[in-house]
Formats: sequence, structure tokens, C-alpha cells
Amino acid sequence: MTHQLTHQLELSNITCERDDSLLFVDLSYLFSAGDTVQIRGENGAGKTTLLRIIAGLSDLYEGSITFNKLAHRSIDFFNNLLYLGHDSGVDASLTPLENLRWYTGLNAQDVSTLEMLDALNQVGLMGYEYTPCSELSAGQKRRTALARLFCSKALIWILDEPFTAIDVTGVEKLCQLFSQHTASGGVLLITSHQPIDLPHLHTLDLQDFKPLAQNSVTAYLPPGVKDE
Amino acid sequence: MNKPQPPAYTTSAISFSFWPFIGLSLKREWLLVFRNRADIANPLIFFFSILMFVPLGITPDAKVLSSIAPGLIWIIALLATLLSLDRLFVVDFENGSLDQMMVSGQSMFWIVMCKCLVHWSVTGLPLTLLSPVLGLMLSLPTTAYIALMASLLLGTFVLSMIGAVGASLLVSLKKGGVLLSLIVMPLYVPVLIFGSGAVNNAAVGLSVTGQFAILGAMVLLAMVLAPLAAAAAIIISLRNH
Repeated sequence: MTHQLTHQLELSNITCERDDSLLFVDLSYLFSAGDTVQIRGENGAGKTTLLRIIAGLSDLYEGSITFNKLAHRSIDFFNNLLYLGHDSGVDASLTPLENLRWYTGLNAQDVSTLEMLDALNQVGLMGYEYTPCSELSAGQKRRTALARLFCSKALIWILDEPFTAIDVTGVEKLCQLFSQHTASGGVLLITSHQPIDLPHLHTLDLQDFKPLAQNSVTAYLPPGVKDE
Repeated sequence: MNKPQPPAYTTSAISFSFWPFIGLSLKREWLLVFRNRADIANPLIFFFSILMFVPLGITPDAKVLSSIAPGLIWIIALLATLLSLDRLFVVDFENGSLDQMMVSGQSMFWIVMCKCLVHWSVTGLPLTLLSPVLGLMLSLPTTAYIALMASLLLGTFVLSMIGAVGASLLVSLKKGGVLLSLIVMPLYVPVLIFGSGAVNNAAVGLSVTGQFAILGAMVLLAMVLAPLAAAAAIIISLRNH
């Protein structure tokens, strides 16, 4: 897992409006190889929305995003991306192994069955490889999705609440994996309500990019109606 | 939203191979259908039982039955397809699989194509294969059997493809079932007319080449255009929901 140290993902002047309220305004940030960035904000501040925008899954923004100075949403970007959202793409009627096999195949990774079984073992799903996910617990379903991290060669990891429903030892193990990933030149974007213990952790607080007038009622009035 | 776009990558950097990806998608869809086989079997069984009750409830008179048989079997095929459509993309949307397909950088066209093929092979294809039995129950003239099977083979494929466009338009709506019928029904009318027309003509010994030429053209058009439209609809609704 060695990555070139030149990779850069740049957000410039990202503004996002949803349901008639501005979530964040003029957000600019440069993610470089080796960065771990935790995105912070209250519930509804737009953390998930920002991650979806960066992953190329949302059009609801203005501004520009570039990967290595070139257009975001290119084949090159997607080949280097691992995105794990709230709904992580684990199908309940497939087994953990089938889910993982589909995922690696979809991303054209050359991973052998043995490596996949090893990844499932790493997330503590040994013995459940052939049990349909509908029969697993919430935490085990989440672990099925997290097993992807253990056989991923992607450069940019975008993880939305990866620790949800994961126990303490599981979180420790993931943190180890995260620091390995960034140490070898990867980029990690993460949201979490738990404090994260990772070296060189940067934070991006969405509170800093909130429009000022957000709390006053007049901000919601159309221009002509404003009180003098 | 107009934003200045930086220069785009050329697509020459595609590093994945095509056929393994198609095989993978087909295999996944097959597995999903197999594990949820009750969802697919339900509309088929429902409509088979309707056909079974027609001779009992209306009339066992072979003359009457044989005159309504072509249209009836075609209507059954159409409704069975329609009823099985609404879950086509919704499950993948809800569990986030569509997101993963998007960020994988793979072509949504082929993903949709695989889904449609598997959908057709578990609704239209079994209906086609069982249609001689249905014809027998409704005393369809023996001359019409081949036309019945051939028209269903082509027609149900078009029904699945058009249905996928409707289902993809409603993918991010929670309750799209009623709307789906409204969108898809008018588009099904030409298929129904030419499909049952072919069987009617064959039953009375007329030429069926015209109807089959049109059905064949519909298959080709649907195969190229429907996945394109469905893929675009999925991408747009994912990025704007």
C-alpha cells in the first residue's frame, strides 16, 4: 500500500443549500496525501451532505472540486475512492462473503477468496461468512461493510460514521487500520460523534462555514418583505 | 448551477475488464432474485390463477374462449410484469448499493441492462414458456401457438425494458407504486396491440410478418434506449435527492 505523495483533493468555495437553508458557505479545503480529517458539526449541520458532495454523489452544491487539479468524478477519481455511507450497500439477502465479493468485483479489485475470508476474520465475522446478512445483528452488518477497508487499495477513504454499532475493541482495530492507511499516503475523511484517537488528526468544523444570519428570522424572508 | 469546470480526464484510463463485470452483475442479480423468489413468484401465480378462473367464471364455451384468449394472455403478461416492477431498483437504493455502483465508476448502462435481463428471465421468460399451457386452457387455435410464444418472447422483453425506465424515474420516491402504473401503462399499449394482434392474426390464419417486424424493432430500440434512459434517471435522482 504505497501511494504517490502528490495526490490532492481540493474543495474551493463549496456552498450548499438544502430545504431553503444554507448548510455551509464558501467552504474551501485542501486534502493531501497522509491527511486524516474529521468533519464535525451538529446533527443536521450537513456532514453527510458534504461527504456525498465530495464523493460525487450529489449535485446540490455550487463551487468546484478537483482531484489532482483535474475534474472530480473522473474514472481516475472513482478508482481511487472508497465511500462508506450510512447505508453502506450491504444487501440483507446476501451473505457477508457474497457482499464483499460483489464489492471488490464492482471496483475491479483483484482479491482472492482467501483474502476476503481473512478480511471478514479481521472484522470478527469468522463463522458468519455464509450466513445471510438479514440474520446478523446491526453491528455485524456494519462490520460486513467495514471488511471492505481491509482489502481496499483505494487512496481516498470517505467514511460516514464508521463506528456506529461497533464495540470498543472493534473501534481500536479500525483506528489502527486508519493510521496505517494515512501513514502509507492515503487520505481519510471521517465523521464521528465519538472522540477519535488518531495521529495528525485535523478537524473541519462546519460551524466555521455557517452563514451568519442563519439564526435570525429575517434570513428566511424573501428580499422585498424585509423589515426596515 | 453553472460552475467553471476544470479539464476532464480522458476515458482511456479505464482499467477494469468488461466481461467479468457483466458476469458479476448478472450473478448478483440472480442470487438476489433466487433468495427473494416469493416476490417474483407472487404476481405470476396470481395471474395464472386468473386465467384458470376465466373458463369457470365466464363460460367454458370453446368458441368464446378462443376468441378472447390472445388478448387475455397478453393482458396477463403485461400486468404480471407491471406488478413485479416496483421493487426493481428500490431495494438497491434503500440499502445504498446504488451509491456504491455510482462511486465505483462503472457504467450504469450495463448495470441497468443486467438488472433488466434478469428481471425478464424471471417474469417474461417463464410466462413465455408456460404460454402453451395457458393457450390450451383457453382453447386457443393450434395455429396460433407459435405466434403466441414468439410474440411473448419479444414483447415481454420490451415490457421489462420500458418498465425499468418507469421504475428508475421513481427510485427516490417512497411510494411510487401508483405513479409507476400511470407512467408505464401508456407506453405498454403499442406492445399490447402488436403482440395480441400477431396472435389474433395467426389464430385466423392471416400473415403475422407485419406485427413481428414492429415487435422486433421495439426490442432493438428498447435494448439500446431504455437502459440509457433508466441509467440517466437513476444518476439524476441519486444526485438530487
